[in-house]
Amino acid sequence: MKLWLVFFRIPGPRAAGQAVDSIRDLTIAALIPAGAATTARGDQEIGKGTGDMLEIRNLHAKVEGTEILHGIHMEVRAGEVHAVMGPNGSGKSTLAKVLAGREGYEITEGRVLYLGRNLLDMPPEQRAREGLFLGFQYPVEIPGVSNMYFLKAALNAVRKHRGEEELDAIDFLHLARRKMKLVDMEESLINRAVNEGFSGGEKKRNEVFQMAVLEPTLAILDETDSGLDIDALKVVARGVNAMRREDRAIVLVTHYQRLLNYIAPDRVHVLVEGRIVKSGGKELALELEEKGYGWLQEEFQTGRPVGR
Amino acid sequence: MIYHSQFEQFREAAGRHSPEWLRVLRRSAMQRFADLGFPTTRDEEWRYTNVSPIAKGAFQLGGGSERNGLSARSLGAYLYSEVPSCNLVFVNGRFSKELSSRCELPAGVEATSLAEALLADPDRTERLLSCSLADCADAFRALNTAFLSDGAFVHVPDRTILDTVIHIVYVSIARDEAVMSHPRNLIVVGRESQARIVETYVGLGDGQYLTNALSEITAGENSTVEHYKLQRESEQAFHIATLETRQSPNSSLVSHAISLGGSLARSNIQVILDGEGAQSTLNGLYVTRGVQHMDHRTLVDHARAHCSSRQNYKGILDDRSSAAFGGKIVVRQDAQKTDARQSNRNLVLSGDALVDTKPQLEIYADDVKCTHGATIGKLDDEALFYLRSRGISRDSARTMLTYAFASEILGSMKIKPIQCQMDLVLLGRLSRDGRLKEVA
Repeated sequence: MKLWLVFFRIPGPRAAGQAVDSIRDLTIAALIPAGAATTARGDQEIGKGTGDMLEIRNLHAKVEGTEILHGIHMEVRAGEVHAVMGPNGSGKSTLAKVLAGREGYEITEGRVLYLGRNLLDMPPEQRAREGLFLGFQYPVEIPGVSNMYFLKAALNAVRKHRGEEELDAIDFLHLARRKMKLVDMEESLINRAVNEGFSGGEKKRNEVFQMAVLEPTLAILDETDSGLDIDALKVVARGVNAMRREDRAIVLVTHYQRLLNYIAPDRVHVLVEGRIVKSGGKELALELEEKGYGWLQEEFQTGRPVGR
Repeated sequence: MIYHSQFEQFREAAGRHSPEWLRVLRRSAMQRFADLGFPTTRDEEWRYTNVSPIAKGAFQLGGGSERNGLSARSLGAYLYSEVPSCNLVFVNGRFSKELSSRCELPAGVEATSLAEALLADPDRTERLLSCSLADCADAFRALNTAFLSDGAFVHVPDRTILDTVIHIVYVSIARDEAVMSHPRNLIVVGRESQARIVETYVGLGDGQYLTNALSEITAGENSTVEHYKLQRESEQAFHIATLETRQSPNSSLVSHAISLGGSLARSNIQVILDGEGAQSTLNGLYVTRGVQHMDHRTLVDHARAHCSSRQNYKGILDDRSSAAFGGKIVVRQDAQKTDARQSNRNLVLSGDALVDTKPQLEIYADDVKCTHGATIGKLDDEALFYLRSRGISRDSARTMLTYAFASEILGSMKIKPIQCQMDLVLLGRLSRDGRLKEVA
């Protein structure tokens, strides 16, 4: 976008360019708040000493008068990767959006603690600044706003919140270029309007790219794997795996088991009709792949385990 | 009505120095104004704009000291030092030699005040003026002609590429007393020539005033004209302006109209595509807040075959402001192969703002392409959430999306320093918390 002209100075030959870069990397890494440190900052409601990153208790949510979530319980600890699976219409995306703070959802019961603090009280931008990231199922096209301009504003909002110095255009571009490599994203995309005219795969890569730049503490990826060919899926998986860290948690919301061939989850939850009906290890995903969701629905409705 | 007594005073003061034809012209225009009267909202063209505050106003013809205490420095914010330009500055309708720049222009090019042109060569000025004076189509045009005395006169002879931007600046300074000015701009671009004309209207001081401007552009065969109108009047101002253009074969005219100021602002653009292969592009952006009202009318008259026109007007409305857009395309019977498009999109930021938009096509030829579209919408909730979900504040997200909506119009400006300045002015206005940095 035009305004960038104001900010761009042509960088002079910087003899120690490489060195500066790596120092910056170190600085950035050091400045990411560790989960534990942030938890200690939580001033209102401290979790029950479990060190949980995310604690969802009996969450009920309505959309336009219809209850979609009927009492979700879920706990995610730092360092873990969780998969939330379920058939269409089970409430997976609703859960993701409620956690990110989308307006239009009415929370009728229950609560959500994020790093020991009441997540549902925070506006979406505050959640993001506190380290929560939502990868959109359908990333929004925003004509007229360049990807770079948008993401730089976002990163600086987050950095400012953390008490870190804001990045100028040149430093940001260095960072962005490195992160784009991670998801094999074409560099030209950063100067285009946000998601405008991007292919489905490009949009999903852009989500993972944004996540890589913002370095969230808790990432929720809503069907980031849907509609991708196997190569794009691998790229996305590589990006996500590169993000795995002891002080970061990732929640993968997915319809298909396929993604889990490339990202091994610590826990798998199955969401059916707005409730988590089963949780287990990664073998649960394979079982679902084999048998579908039908048996769980039946088990849930009859209240009896279906013979295996 | 004050306009009549003002006219009598003006006639006595200015009449003595004016040639006979001009005195006759003014008198007949005043008569025309008296016959027409100010339009009312029963008049279809003025349905959405009530000019009774102008009719009832007690505006005095601006005059007094030439500079009115204004220094060249205080105008700096409205000028563009990055592009070679020739500034013609008018204060309350009067040309100010001190505030204007000394222009070095190619041989034969004239950029001066109309008053000077009238003195220097009254016969030629009469010939050029009389081209379109016959029709004082509405009361405001008639009034402008009745008070005709000064404005800009730009003449670019044939086969002349003018790199220097001609910047016409109208400064109104109203304090205790309401003032009015009736600037008349006459711009003639010869065949195979090229010119860039900028009109800026600004208001300094906090009093009420009326600007009633009329600009005429004649674009010769195969000429290229880029016209900018930057309406930055104070929010106490009444601003009425008409741009009439007449284009010869294969000429190209681009108009950029940015409207930011005025408590009541009305802009008429009338384009006559009067030669085969002529092209016209009208880009416009109006931004309203508070209780501002803006009304934009365009009339694109396809009089000949093989002409094309593009109109792209966008509006951004906030608070309790209102706007109207009326775009009319006329395709005459002989104007086959016409390609005309019109679009008017409005972004409404507040539940109390109001927009009326009315596209109109009148087609008498049978082999033409004409499209028009109008929309009124609000900011996209999904896009707002997307930005906020990345940490961007609600206000910044709104500013970003609103600015993005406008950027298409600003982005089409070819004189980049003007575009940059308009970008900043717009951002300053849109960001409520003044935190430009996060957005920029």
